[in-house]
Formats: sequence, structure tokens, C-alpha cells
Amino acid sequence: MSKSFLSVEGLAKRFPAPKGGKPLTVFEHVNFTVEKGEFVCIIGHSGCGKSTILNVLAGLDEASEGAVIMGGREVKGPSLDRGVVFQNYSLLPWLSALKNVTFAVRARHPDWRREKVTAHAYRHLEMVGISDGAEHRKPSQLSGGMRQRVSIARAFATQPELLLLDEPFGALDALTRGVIQDELLKVWGETHQTVFMITHDVDEAIYLADRILLMTNGPFAQVAESVEISLPRPRSRDAIVEDPRYYRIRNHLVHFLARRSKEMSGERRREPGARPTTVRFDAEGEPPAGGPRLYAVND
Amino acid sequence: MTMPLRLQAAILSLALLAVGLLAWEAAVPRQTLATELTELELLMGMGAQRAGVPPPSAVFERAVTMLSDPFYVRGPNDKGIGVQLAYSIWRVLAGYGLAALIALPLGFLIGMSPLAYRALDPFIQVLRPISPLAWMPLALFIIRDSQASAIFVIFICSIWPMLINTAFGVAGVRKDWLNVARTHELGALRTAFTVILPAAAPTIITGMRISIGIAWLVIVAAEMLVGGTGIGYFVWNEWNNLDLTSVIFAILVIGVVGMALDAFFGAVQRAVSFSE
Ligand SMILES: Nc1ncnc2c1ncn2[C@@H]1O[C@H](COP(=O)(O)OP(=O)(O)OP(=O)(O)O)[C@@H](O)[C@H]1O
Ligand SMILES: [Mg+2]
Repeated sequence: MSKSFLSVEGLAKRFPAPKGGKPLTVFEHVNFTVEKGEFVCIIGHSGCGKSTILNVLAGLDEASEGAVIMGGREVKGPSLDRGVVFQNYSLLPWLSALKNVTFAVRARHPDWRREKVTAHAYRHLEMVGISDGAEHRKPSQLSGGMRQRVSIARAFATQPELLLLDEPFGALDALTRGVIQDELLKVWGETHQTVFMITHDVDEAIYLADRILLMTNGPFAQVAESVEISLPRPRSRDAIVEDPRYYRIRNHLVHFLARRSKEMSGERRREPGARPTTVRFDAEGEPPAGGPRLYAVND
Repeated sequence: MTMPLRLQAAILSLALLAVGLLAWEAAVPRQTLATELTELELLMGMGAQRAGVPPPSAVFERAVTMLSDPFYVRGPNDKGIGVQLAYSIWRVLAGYGLAALIALPLGFLIGMSPLAYRALDPFIQVLRPISPLAWMPLALFIIRDSQASAIFVIFICSIWPMLINTAFGVAGVRKDWLNVARTHELGALRTAFTVILPAAAPTIITGMRISIGIAWLVIVAAEMLVGGTGIGYFVWNEWNNLDLTSVIFAILVIGVVGMALDAFFGAVQRAVSFSE
């Protein structure tokens, strides 16, 4: 447990009471770990605090209680070791796509020569398919999908140990989404970085992740389950749906979101130190190990 | 019949100019020009009644003579229009430059620190609405130098828009962009120069553009008060000479220089602007 690459211990976020209201506990007793090189997605209903957790991991926000420990050290403040891809891309609009990436590379490697910085930036832009002049355009002159790619290139170019993605594909159409998901997987495969990603899309999570964390609804949200996606890699979209595990995993996730996330929510439902229950679906129709039981969507 | 809009507008502008000038020319009876009065008539005060507005042709002739030798100096009250303009522009740039030197860093501070904002806001709110010319007597008394007083008045009138816009622009930098700086571990200085400054630049330049416009408005009035040199003094002096032709020409020159100053900042504004 303490050997994990990233470990989140007893995290809670509370907001003081507004005038005439009650104090708000967005989430509490959030404990989970992420191993090095793992691709972890987190799913939960809107407002349960996913972005807050991600911002705490990034060091941009502070938790009310608990700690985040990465590589044996407590996370305090932002660091280049944790790259963030923001939901709204957050590219600097006065810089070209290329300059946005060199901005990051220069921050990471202040001692590099200009040519080296540019070459490094070009390589990462090419990885996500931004080339042939598009790299010289300003973000406002790029499509949403291209901006998102630039933003991913910027994050990967600083070679962070942990990559944090907040609904990176939320604003994209299905086709572009698929292309960039594949690019993300490719870059992740090449760099062996650790990825923590928020998504609302169950299929996206199954396609990408090694493990999916499920959050109950807020207030007093918690990370209730950790679903292992044992589908073999490399995955292809049409092959994974043939896998018998695929729909069982999918049903489990959809059912959690549709019903159990609400049933399990509420104050003091879990012990402070409780870890998320591990749910694993093995190849041949066995019940999920450790999980309570498998629910069907129309249960 | 599909002329570009710009061309249509230019043709219309020229037509309006021509019509205006012709109407003006036609409305002015030739013989009542102040410049054509004799010394005696002027001394007898007849000029005051008879001197009319000169026609555009006279103004044009005056423009040609004045612009053909703009930099002569023949005594304190007889300097070329170029020399007078240079005085005014120098004062504006000096006062404006000093104001920028103080307003930009201070505006940055106010924009970044809520404490500084709250502490300085009452002063700004009280000082800002004061007409710059109201400072003139105080400035003359304390500084005891008319030249420096004029510069001070420019300073005080151009500092507010720059200060307020800088503070506003800096305070309004999107949190996301600051977070980008933070996740890249930029220091305070690098954040200021590589993120906050470019993000706030359009707002800051807008403030600087407003300031230069006000400064140019104020310098004419200030120079009328302090006298000696400058385009404002020139206008006042020619008015006392009842040389309306020169007054009108000077008014046009003031307009053109003001437009040039504004166009310069307009170009800078376009250069630093960005769309999201
Ligand atoms: N300053 C604040 N004061 C009070 N409550 C806040 C404040 N900021 C955020 N919250 C609450 O924190 C909760 C979690 O917000 P967060 O953005 O982390 O949700 P999320 O899970 O990312 O939602 P979404 O999926 O919609 O992005 C929300 O319910 C919100 O109401
Ligand atoms: Mg969110």
C-alpha cells in the first residue's frame, strides 16, 4: 500500500456554510492508490467532486483533510511532475500551437538550446497529428479537436510522471474522440507514464483504462469501487465488444451510475479508512471477485 | 457595381469634404479677412467687428507657407509650427512616459494583490475625477516652473486610465492561464512576463490609448494657461493676434497629430490582441 506510486489518504473537501445554510462536504474518506504506469479512469455523477480530486492531485487545490502522496512525498502545490490537461484545454491564446508546447518544454528544460526545445515540441505535436503548418496557428484558428491534441502534446512534452486529464474529450464529436483516444493510448504506450483521467463516458473508460474508480453521488461522495478492466491490450474497439467481459463490465458501470451511486451515497456510509471494493470480471462468467454481486441494468 | 466598401466609404468621405469646403468657401465674404486689415484698422478695433472666418483657400495657403518652413525660430513669439508642435509632443511624451513608468508597475501590483487594490482604491476614486487643469495652480506653486508644471498636468491626467486598465487587465487574467503557469512551475517574474502581461496586454494598451488621447486634449489647454511655447500657446497667441487663419490651421494640425497618436496605439493594440 505504501509502496504505491500514488496514494490518496483520507481525502475530504468541505466548504464552510454559506449564510443561513449548512456546511457542504463534497466528498470524504477518499482513499485509493494508483500504480506506476497504470491508466486509471474515474467516473461519477456531475458535482461529486471529480475535478476537485484531480485539482488536489495536481496541487492546484487544497483538500480540507487527508493527503496525497506521490513517489513517497506529499503533494504540496503544483509541479512539473504532474502534467494537467484541462477540460477547456487552457492553451495560451496569444501563442501558436508550437509556442504553447515550447512554453512547456522550456519550463521543464530551462537549460536546453532553442533548437532542441523546438525539435522536442515538434516531435510531440507530430505524435498527436498536428503538423503541416497547423502548428503555427493560434488556438483560435484550430478546431476543438486540434486544440485538445495540442493540449495533450503540451502535457506529454514535459514528460510528467503523472498525467491528469479532466474530461479531455468532453467537447468532441464521437469520431474525433475516437481518433484522439487512440493517439492518447499510443503516446501512453510509448512513454509509460501514469494517467489519471476523469470521464463521463463508460465506453471510453472501458476502452482506455486498466482500472475504473467509481464515485458515489455527492454530498459526502466517496470512491466506492475500483473496477479492474482485464481486457487484453492492445485493444481495438471492435474486438473488445466481442469479449464476454465487456458487457458485464459495462452493465456493472451503467448500473452503478444509474442506481447504486445514489443508493450508496449519503453521510457516514463507509468507514473512514475504507478502501474501494475491488471488482474484477474474469473471462468465463464467474461472479466478480470481491464485489457484492453483479447487477443487471434492468435489475 | 460591386465596389469594395472601403472604396465606397473613401469616395463618400472625399465628396463630403468637397461639399463642406465649397460651402465654407462660398459662405465667407472675401474682403473681411482679418489678415487683410491694415495696422491702423486693427488698432482702431475695427478688426474685431469685421474680421470674419477665413475661407478654406486662405487656410490652405497658410498651411503651405507654414509647412514650407516649419522649424524657424525668430524670437519668443515667432516660432515655426513644427517647433511649437515639437514642444507639445515632447511635453506629452515626457508626462505620459512618467505616468506609464508608475502606472504600469503599480497597476500590476493592484491587479495581483487584493490588499493593494483595497488600500489604494479610495485614493484612485477621489483623484481620478479631478480635472487635470485644477492641479495647475498647485503645480505652478510647488514646482515653480511652467514647463515642468505642464508636464505634471499631463502626468496626472494620463496616469488614471493606464493605472485602472492595467489593474483591471491583470486582475482579470483567466484563472486557467494562471494555473498553466503554476503547473509549469513558473516563478513570479516569469509568470508576470510570459502569462499575465500578454493576457492583460489588450486591456493595458486600451488604457494607454485612452491616456494618450486625454493627454493630447489636455496639453492644448495647459499650454494656453502656462504660455511660452507649444501648439496650445500658438493657438492662443494667434487668437490674440486675431489671426484666425493660423488658428484654424493649428486646430487642424492638432487634430491630425491626435489622430496619428491614436493610430499608433491602435496598431499596437492590434498587434497584442488575441482571440480565444
Ligand atoms: N467555492 C465553492 N463553494 C461551495 N461549493 C463548491 C465550491 N466549488 C465547488 N463546489 C462544489 O463542489 C462540488 C464538486 O465540484 P467538482 O467541480 O469537483 O465536480 P465534478 O465532479 O468535477 O463535476 P462535473 O462532472 O460536473 O465536472 C460541486 O458540487 C460544487 O457545488
Ligand atoms: Mg469537473
